[in-house]
Amino acid sequence: MRIMLVDDSKTMRSIQKSVLSTLGFKQIEEACDGQDALSKVGAFKPELLLVDWNMPNMDGLSFVKAYRQQDKGTPIIMVTTESEKSRVVEAIKAGVNNYVVKPFTPDMLGKRIQETLAAKTSA
Amino acid sequence: MNAAYIKPFIQGIRSVFGTMVNLEVAIGTPTIKSEPLSTYDVSGVIGISGEVVGSIVLSFPAETAQQIVARFSGEECDVTSPDFADAVGELVNMVSGAGKADLPHKGASISCPSVVVGKNHRIATGHETPCVVVPCKTECGQFVIEIALKEATVGAAAA
Repeated sequence: MRIMLVDDSKTMRSIQKSVLSTLGFKQIEEACDGQDALSKVGAFKPELLLVDWNMPNMDGLSFVKAYRQQDKGTPIIMVTTESEKSRVVEAIKAGVNNYVVKPFTPDMLGKRIQETLAAKTSA
Repeated sequence: MNAAYIKPFIQGIRSVFGTMVNLEVAIGTPTIKSEPLSTYDVSGVIGISGEVVGSIVLSFPAETAQQIVARFSGEECDVTSPDFADAVGELVNMVSGAGKADLPHKGASISCPSVVVGKNHRIATGHETPCVVVPCKTECGQFVIEIALKEATVGAAAA
């Protein structure tokens, strides 16, 4: 499965990659902000995206809105420090399928990923 | 400073360091910062804007920061490397985000982090913004969180 990680922090992408590797996912593309991600989705064709919110150049919410113009179905998990209910609602309205609040344990992130993929399979 | 501005960030420290660094943090007694000179060698800085304005700074001795970064990222980093700064930035990002969520004012945003590395550096806050320094102790060493926040004026909040 092809998974794209969108986060301006290389440390955070590395932590997420480690969790994904534990779950058996090895085909991973990284992007450092929304603009970088938009430039890569066409060629990489991700089957799952993990997206941060607060990033320079193009933030996560703007990326999700732009991405959903071209792809309504690929699951997106927002992985972010933004935890207020209003922000979660905003993200879901933009087209996010699931939400993980930082800080997270590897187990928490792994569970959300599996939940999201299971929901896609059963849809 | 409103005491309700301090507790969320202390809880944020405990949550972030406990969850992502696997490090217990003992919180010391907060004091008002009277000098602009930062105490340590490495600082992660985040700006806060909206209904509350100011900044959050995490400051560490170099050795403590290196140990914490190694536990957080899983890799040893030199203090001069971009990966080190990235990890410190992400720590202050998560602490600030966690704290912001529990502020009494809900209309606040956080900036992208900046990281300063160098002995005796100065982090200046607005001269009218009170700054509270909270010492934190861990098995990797001590560090501080500096919370400089005030309610925005009506014009600034609406901008």
